[in-house]
Amino acid sequence: MNLQINGENRTFDAPSDVPLLWVLRDVLGMTGTKFGCGIAQCGACTVHIEGKPVRSCLLPVGAIGNRAVTTIEGIGATPTGARVQKAWLDVEVIQCGYCQSGQIMSAAALLAVTPHPDDSDIDAAMAGNICRCGTYVRIREAIKRAAGDGQT
Amino acid sequence: MYSLEQLARSPSRRAVVRSGLAGVFVLGFHLPARAVNEPEQPPDSTQGKFAPNAFIRIDRSGQTTLVMPQVEMGQGVYTAIPMILTEELDADFNKVTLEHAPPNDKLYGNPIFGIQVTGNSNSIRAFWKPLRMAGAAARLMLVQAAAQQWQVDPASCSTSDGVVSHPSSGRTLSYGDLIDAAGAQSVPKDPPVKDPKDFKLIGKPLKRLDTPNKTDGKVVYGIDAMLPGMKFAILAQCPVFGGKVGRVDDSAARKVPGVQEIVVLDDLVAVVGDHMWAAKKGLDALVINWDEGANAKINSSDIWDDLRAASKKDGVVAKSVGDVAKGLTQGERVDGEYELPFLAHATMEPLNCTVHVTPDSCEVWTGTQVLTRVQQSAAKAAGLPLEKVKAYNHLLGGGFGRRLEADMVAAAVRIGKQVDGPVKVVWTREEDIQHDIYRPVYRDVISATLSGGKIAAWKYRIAGSSIMARWAPSIFINGIDIDAVDSAVDNPYDIPNFQVEYVRAEPPAVPTGFWRGVGPNNNVFATECFMDELARKAGADPIAFRIGMLDKTPRLKAALQLVAEKSGWGQPLPARTGRGVCAQPSFGSFIATMVEAEVDEHGEVHLRRVTSAVDTGIAVNPDTIAAQLQGGLIFGLTAALWGEVTIERGRVRQSNFNDYRMLRIDEVPKIDVHVIKSGEDPGGIGETGTTAGPPALRNAIYAATGVALRRLPIDRKAIAVPGKA
Repeated sequence: MNLQINGENRTFDAPSDVPLLWVLRDVLGMTGTKFGCGIAQCGACTVHIEGKPVRSCLLPVGAIGNRAVTTIEGIGATPTGARVQKAWLDVEVIQCGYCQSGQIMSAAALLAVTPHPDDSDIDAAMAGNICRCGTYVRIREAIKRAAGDGQT
Repeated sequence: MYSLEQLARSPSRRAVVRSGLAGVFVLGFHLPARAVNEPEQPPDSTQGKFAPNAFIRIDRSGQTTLVMPQVEMGQGVYTAIPMILTEELDADFNKVTLEHAPPNDKLYGNPIFGIQVTGNSNSIRAFWKPLRMAGAAARLMLVQAAAQQWQVDPASCSTSDGVVSHPSSGRTLSYGDLIDAAGAQSVPKDPPVKDPKDFKLIGKPLKRLDTPNKTDGKVVYGIDAMLPGMKFAILAQCPVFGGKVGRVDDSAARKVPGVQEIVVLDDLVAVVGDHMWAAKKGLDALVINWDEGANAKINSSDIWDDLRAASKKDGVVAKSVGDVAKGLTQGERVDGEYELPFLAHATMEPLNCTVHVTPDSCEVWTGTQVLTRVQQSAAKAAGLPLEKVKAYNHLLGGGFGRRLEADMVAAAVRIGKQVDGPVKVVWTREEDIQHDIYRPVYRDVISATLSGGKIAAWKYRIAGSSIMARWAPSIFINGIDIDAVDSAVDNPYDIPNFQVEYVRAEPPAVPTGFWRGVGPNNNVFATECFMDELARKAGADPIAFRIGMLDKTPRLKAALQLVAEKSGWGQPLPARTGRGVCAQPSFGSFIATMVEAEVDEHGEVHLRRVTSAVDTGIAVNPDTIAAQLQGGLIFGLTAALWGEVTIERGRVRQSNFNDYRMLRIDEVPKIDVHVIKSGEDPGGIGETGTTAGPPALRNAIYAATGVALRRLPIDRKAIAVPGKA
């Protein structure tokens, strides 16, 4: 089977019903994408398919076809992704960090379509990503910073 | 500059280091009394380096490596500890690299516990002085080495960013140039530490060292351990606590593509596959008949009946001042009973452990708060002597007390014994929530009297599980669990007649353990809720009422005054909206918190604003203090609004984030944290927000609705407009 992941063609052997999450982590060894719940409730496994945020724990690899997959390992190659990563460090969002791959992927997807999100845009885009350390206040601030909209 | 992921990926690195240069200088660093008194063993990676103690390694290039005795689970200790060590060492903070400590209680034991434990918000409290001494001793040895070479008075030398200078002659030597000569110096027993006014790092909001790799997927948690030839396993334990495996029909599971093995033990079943999905599908295809055992009859109502009965008995007196019996007969009496539910930890990184077990060796990769216990647990499960077991720690995707246990390690090793080659055992979220070791149910019974607007007598009885009796039985003494009574016996208010009792009451079936906030979670909640009820009875403002009894705790008084000023306390609010306060002296920090919340007519609670003022002594990294408060408050508010694990027929009803709810970004308000400047020794911070949030929210609801809730989570029906619930 073939997938376009972070601009590279990756070939691997797996049944088509395997969720992308497990192909990334267990087959390809790309462990940046995280397992959190397995039922698309927490967002830790968020990746982009053609730039749109998708929960990889429920996405069978056979359903992806030629569409481009972007993961946390590759998001820094996009200007928006790099801005989000920098803002995350500038604001010092991160605590344990386990959910943050998914948070960053959701935030990058938001900013790609809504360059200057307001609080309700942020709520709508980010409410699917749970952070158990409670970094939400800083996530909101970092998204605004990445958007160039400064401090809240 | 920071390569923990490489460390985690190559467990053989230490062996490589060990075979390196000869000419070692090693001296074990002596931790204070309660640690260990046996001779220390050298750690692994000191060859060819200046290694004056267990924490500091400097190689010939000047590269400084710091070995972290406490684990990083988000609380920022992999920045705070390097700040303390580097401050006194005068190394370049931006160039240090970090290593996880290996399992070694003698070298890396927490001075408060005596073993390697990260918990109870005490990493900085426990290591503040030892780490400063370690850094100062190393610095002094480097200075003495340079002074000898230059034949000058050491006092005429200075240090900065990894360089010793002799200002009057303009000579300099880098630390790397001095490692051999420094290693030949005797280790100063009582090196002078810096005057806090000379701190260059401590007190500054420095950037965390662990976060860059957490933005790009490079970070390696235990669950990310990858080994050549590794297989993946998912386990299932009996849904009923204590139940056993009966019959297993694996005929369908064996046909699932990618399933390699099915491991059936007496109390669990695991499916091993090429990847997690194969293992998961294999597990779903198994037909398991469980022998559920006696616990299958137990429901939450039985547990509460038992606890309520226990809480009516007299307990062991943990503290007594004055004459509480007499005091309770004088003045206006108020009584209250408070109840807290079972809670799961739900770390974002589900429980996991990777093992490679052979007949004469066992290797373990996991993220744990108790690395030596992990090693011991693995040795026992493998049936091997301790020295045959290697345990590699990782950054933790959340701990919250769950990783103070080693049950996931024992299970993985027992499974790994049946598997050829390395196997990663991962718990599904459902398994993680349904086989947690839960924050216990608690019930607190309080009686007090008011006289002249102040508390004249206070009798406080805690009933609940003793976690200490299981986890550290040697410190469960005379029937008193020092954790269960923490923040109850040290009640900060001036009360002339005062008594705290503890009734140990173990819930049937359900295992109990530490949960972020530990004992103070219960006691700060009950105390601070009851304080608001007393204030109302006294006709007093809740903050003024507290401040009137805080003369002996001026740091808490100051925090309350600051939070009143910063939170808009006393200013008008819309209908069904209230402000609530919580004051706590817990974990060596003095914190006042205000929550502002609206209760809509249906009883739903909307958080509007949170403000905290914190005096934690010297704030090593003030930004981390603020972050821990913000996050801890959300952790506590999540529990207050949603957290409850219930038991039905001996099993946990909740299973995943759909029915074990977490606060999400759209539900979280602005949270302002004001860090008070202080010269006192550092206090703890990781758990303080968690204990502060629930009582402050409950008191806000009390102010908004007049309903004095006495149980968590929040009962929406009780606070809805009648007929609108």
